[in-house]
Amino acid sequence: MDYTLSELMVATAAREIHDGDVVFVGMRLPLIAYVVAKNTHAPQAVGVFENGVLRSTPARELLFTMSDGPNITGALSCLSMLECMALLQQGRVSLGFLGAAEVDRHGNLNSTEVQDSSGKMVRLPGSGGACDIAALSKRFVALLDHQKFRLPEKVHYITSPGYGPWRDSGRLKEGGPAAVITTKAVLRFSPQGEAYLHSYHPGTTVEDVVANTGWPLEVSPEARETKPPTKQELRVIRNYDPKGFWTK
Amino acid sequence: MAKKSQTEKLCSLEEAISRFVPDGVSVAMGLQLESMIPFAAGHEIIRQDKRDLTLIGPISDILFDQIIGAGCAKKVVAAWVGNVMMGSAYNFRRAIEDGIPRCLEIADHTNFTIALALHAAALGVPFLPTYTAGGSSLFSRNHGLAEFEAPFTGEKMGAVRAISPDVTIVQAQRADAFGNAHVWGNLGASPDAARAAKHVIVVAEEIVEPKVIASDPNRTVIPGFLVSAIAEVPFGAHPSPVQGFYNRDNECYREYHKATKTRQEFETWLHDWVTGVKDRKEFLQRLGEDRVNSLKVRKHAWSARADFGN
Repeated sequence: MDYTLSELMVATAAREIHDGDVVFVGMRLPLIAYVVAKNTHAPQAVGVFENGVLRSTPARELLFTMSDGPNITGALSCLSMLECMALLQQGRVSLGFLGAAEVDRHGNLNSTEVQDSSGKMVRLPGSGGACDIAALSKRFVALLDHQKFRLPEKVHYITSPGYGPWRDSGRLKEGGPAAVITTKAVLRFSPQGEAYLHSYHPGTTVEDVVANTGWPLEVSPEARETKPPTKQELRVIRNYDPKGFWTK
Repeated sequence: MAKKSQTEKLCSLEEAISRFVPDGVSVAMGLQLESMIPFAAGHEIIRQDKRDLTLIGPISDILFDQIIGAGCAKKVVAAWVGNVMMGSAYNFRRAIEDGIPRCLEIADHTNFTIALALHAAALGVPFLPTYTAGGSSLFSRNHGLAEFEAPFTGEKMGAVRAISPDVTIVQAQRADAFGNAHVWGNLGASPDAARAAKHVIVVAEEIVEPKVIASDPNRTVIPGFLVSAIAEVPFGAHPSPVQGFYNRDNECYREYHKATKTRQEFETWLHDWVTGVKDRKEFLQRLGEDRVNSLKVRKHAWSARADFGN
């Protein structure tokens, strides 16, 4: 492979962004996915950052956080957090990205606390804006390190809601997870809100993905290999993150 | 409220913390997410060995971790506590998981609910409704969140209880001696947190003449009559960035992550950078002139002038 796993995940995440989307960008790899999408297939996408920044052009330098200087210089608008969250609650955000420590069968995410192998509770940083993005964006995409213990049948704490009775009616009916991009695969969701294998990354197999998932994972009859990053996508990623801080 | 004179408001950071952050109060800080985090103020809180504080803020990016590690906090009201660039915050984990250096209570919020809680207090109402957090476990653990049936529509919604911090510490680019403060860039929850608080401490990169502030009233995010104390502290937000003044010191977050994995290592770090240092000036000397200079704005990007004439 002449690309890294993180580069594959960034390119895959970038393809979730449609041209004209209003995207709640989030942190880490999605910061770069937004840059890739803007520079390739989605030049009209607008980025919303929960610190209060709106951007119609990608930042000119690599960001380590959304509040770094280059994300403010040349911004479309600098607002308060509440004003950005208001866009989300109104239903004006078409796509949101978030990370998690655990994702379950119905796309519920836990980033608050997990148990280690000895059963001891491990405290994680918490929701940040993840719960808001999951609850209120029209579609959301989660990124995950694919390990069996990170994909339990049911998370014991829902930091960020996936599918469940809360999606049957009311405001939350409008949203839900569209995809989980892991280090092994891309999962998508049935109309009943259950995750299935959509594609497996080059170098892995369907069997490997299923064996490393904590419930009997449905496999789409059309499951195929995840499309590798294109030359153009790789060029944007490497130009933006030349030292590979996020994408090594 | 008695009118405060100009001289009473402009003071050293040491005095501001000493007067307005007594033991046991709730303190909102780090309200602009990853930028303009008042680290100098946090370090002064640690040096003055404040106890039993309740820390309020959306994500705080290692500031809360340092205050927790120093044993100054009994409770955290936050959406996220960690190191944005590196991941976990070890003092926070030690406190929650093992009660080291002391037990820590946490009220888990989301960024939206904490912004709403501060906005409610800033509006002077006891709660605000929202759709966020529906379907999540947050309601079961945070007494400041409740489900209720909305009037008019009858739908089930979340209610977020107002939070009025005893004191809010806000970092500003510039302010006058009356506490009127200009802030630009992402604002996070700063404007609401200032309005929601009983006292506001402004930490400014520079103190300017009142006419500078008055020349651009749209940029006056904090009106001085809300402010109890104002301190001039250049590089007061380091290692977080202040737009137009300095960039983020990424190396510092990396070093902190490496240097705080064990309690013992953290104690060394705390002595080297906080308790063994007199003030921010000495902190910057320890950081070294080259490193400080390397963080300064490399290319200015001035806004166009706006005509406030009539």
